[in-house]
Amino acid sequence: MKKDDKTALEGYWRENLASMLGLLVIWFAVSYGCGILLVDVLNEIRLGGFKLGFWFAQQGSIYVFVGLIFYYVHRMNKLDRKYDVHED
Amino acid sequence: MDIQTMTFLIVGATFVLYIGIAIWARAGSTNDFYVAGGGVHPVANGMATAADWMSAASFISMAGLISFMGYDGGVYLMGWTGGYVLLALCLAPYLRKFGKFTVPDFIGDRYYSQTARTVAVICAIFVCFTYVAGQMRGVGVVFSRFLEVDIVSGVIIGMALVFFYAVLGGMKGITYTQVAQYCVLICAYMVPAFFISILMTDSFIPQLGFGGTLADGSGMYVLDKLDGLSEELGFTAYTEGNKSMVDVFFITAALMVGTAGLPHVIVRFFTVPKVRDARMSAGWALLFIALLYTTAPAVATFARVNMINTINGEEMQGTEYAQAPSWVSNWEKTGLITWEDKNDDGRMFYSGDERNEMKIDRDIMVLANPEIAGLPAWVIALVAAGGVAAALSTSAGLLLVISTSISHDLLKRNLMPDISDKQELFFARLAAAVAVCVAGYLGINPPGFVAQVVAFAFGLAASSFFPAIILGIFYKRMNKEGAIAGMISGIVFTAAYIIFFKFVSPEANTPDNWWFGISPEGIGTLGMLLNFAVAIVVNKMTNDAPDDVQEMVESIRYPKGAGAAHAH
Repeated sequence: MKKDDKTALEGYWRENLASMLGLLVIWFAVSYGCGILLVDVLNEIRLGGFKLGFWFAQQGSIYVFVGLIFYYVHRMNKLDRKYDVHED
Repeated sequence: MDIQTMTFLIVGATFVLYIGIAIWARAGSTNDFYVAGGGVHPVANGMATAADWMSAASFISMAGLISFMGYDGGVYLMGWTGGYVLLALCLAPYLRKFGKFTVPDFIGDRYYSQTARTVAVICAIFVCFTYVAGQMRGVGVVFSRFLEVDIVSGVIIGMALVFFYAVLGGMKGITYTQVAQYCVLICAYMVPAFFISILMTDSFIPQLGFGGTLADGSGMYVLDKLDGLSEELGFTAYTEGNKSMVDVFFITAALMVGTAGLPHVIVRFFTVPKVRDARMSAGWALLFIALLYTTAPAVATFARVNMINTINGEEMQGTEYAQAPSWVSNWEKTGLITWEDKNDDGRMFYSGDERNEMKIDRDIMVLANPEIAGLPAWVIALVAAGGVAAALSTSAGLLLVISTSISHDLLKRNLMPDISDKQELFFARLAAAVAVCVAGYLGINPPGFVAQVVAFAFGLAASSFFPAIILGIFYKRMNKEGAIAGMISGIVFTAAYIIFFKFVSPEANTPDNWWFGISPEGIGTLGMLLNFAVAIVVNKMTNDAPDDVQEMVESIRYPKGAGAAHAH
């Protein structure tokens, strides 16, 4: 591998790790944060018939999970092209 | 047409469909048999993964569990979906790029060690067998309730069917049958949920109806009504829960990480053509799973309100037993509902205190739900077909991992490296056949600990595979000494804790005796942290992984040049 390639690939890996960690922070925040640790505080707020903390634990976090994966797929497909490491 | 005939017709039609697909998708090579030729479309793979993942327990038991646990049921909802985020972001693309057939393959090659491979094979086989025994039992239960054959015949019919398409078609047969099974099971779950949501709430979408108002014109929110009922009857409010926060946290984490470490889930990401597809199919899988998992808590709430209203009556004075609807006596026959008239008033009463006269098994909530809501016969038949599909799809996926572990990891990579592709395929089929029989035997004669070992399977996967794979990808200097020491300490710690509280002294299994208030269900999280810590410390004290291994780790980080999954 040429030296330039190597630096470029390190850039790809760093950007990948950054978006991965960013999304994992959201993953943690909605499930462990809103659904568990802050549940009592959020339950004071209502969302229609739901208490908000309860809604995060039984509905909201799942919707966010799905969104996170599709967003990551989208980002990585762009990143693969930017660094020319995409498959054919 | 009565329910019985209808059930035979619908379940029979789905069986014909599965067998037809199996014949169409026969496996010709080990590549077909292990990873479906590596050419499965991401959407199809997502459906197959969803069917693989959603077992008889998800389909039959989960909503029931939640309806008895209230807020605490969230541990299953978040735990069994959140793991897919970890899979998609941290595992699936890299394992796909690595491009072998199994998890022990990865562990063995990445840690350049037969010992590591063998430890991984043993864990994989153990995890899968504990799981599959429960599935066969699930098939038996559905057959015996809806087709009125005894559990033994039910298990044998289920075994024969799985035998046919798993042994013949391998991963290819299983994948395409699972796509069909997903469609059957999701319809079977959603149709009654829509019906009940229309009957009970102001919205036909269960996810909205669940947070909407009651259809009785009172304008009261469903959940407020249920919280009120629960407290009046001596339970904790439905939206509050009983478990401590630390325990909820640890159980959720153990289930999430365990999901991401389960070999039969991971292997699904080897079946797609590209790294890009591996990420994408994790997304589709979670979307398909989320359909059922966001409906389940709604079903749980509706079922609980319905059940309390039916048994206790509108006036909360109890319903006269003589007036009870027919589902009560139907399920009484199976022993899953019992009534003891403590105050001799001839009325049933259900509550969380000394007034209670009912014993209700949580497993009947989904199966009895259509009857409780008075839905037509074809809906009840559809639910039966869905339960069978859920149990069959998961057992087939697990059996395949067992057979692959034996023929590929144990024979080809360890004991008999010289066998040809054809011989390996023969051994794979033989191993699948033996595994079906063992699973069937366990289904007919379930060891008393089946229910307990589910926690065991997740705890083990969380505390063994997950850290080894993560470190293998993200920490390229991690060496075999660290990985093996980590896996062994993680497993031994987790297993010891569970065995102590579940088998050695079950009477001590109370929050006062748990470490930091963590129940045996949640201890896998601590085992996982221990695994990471031990692995990193041991790695610091020994030499880094050799250069060629570090180079391989570099190469799996970039998608380019993935190619099809190959033997070696």
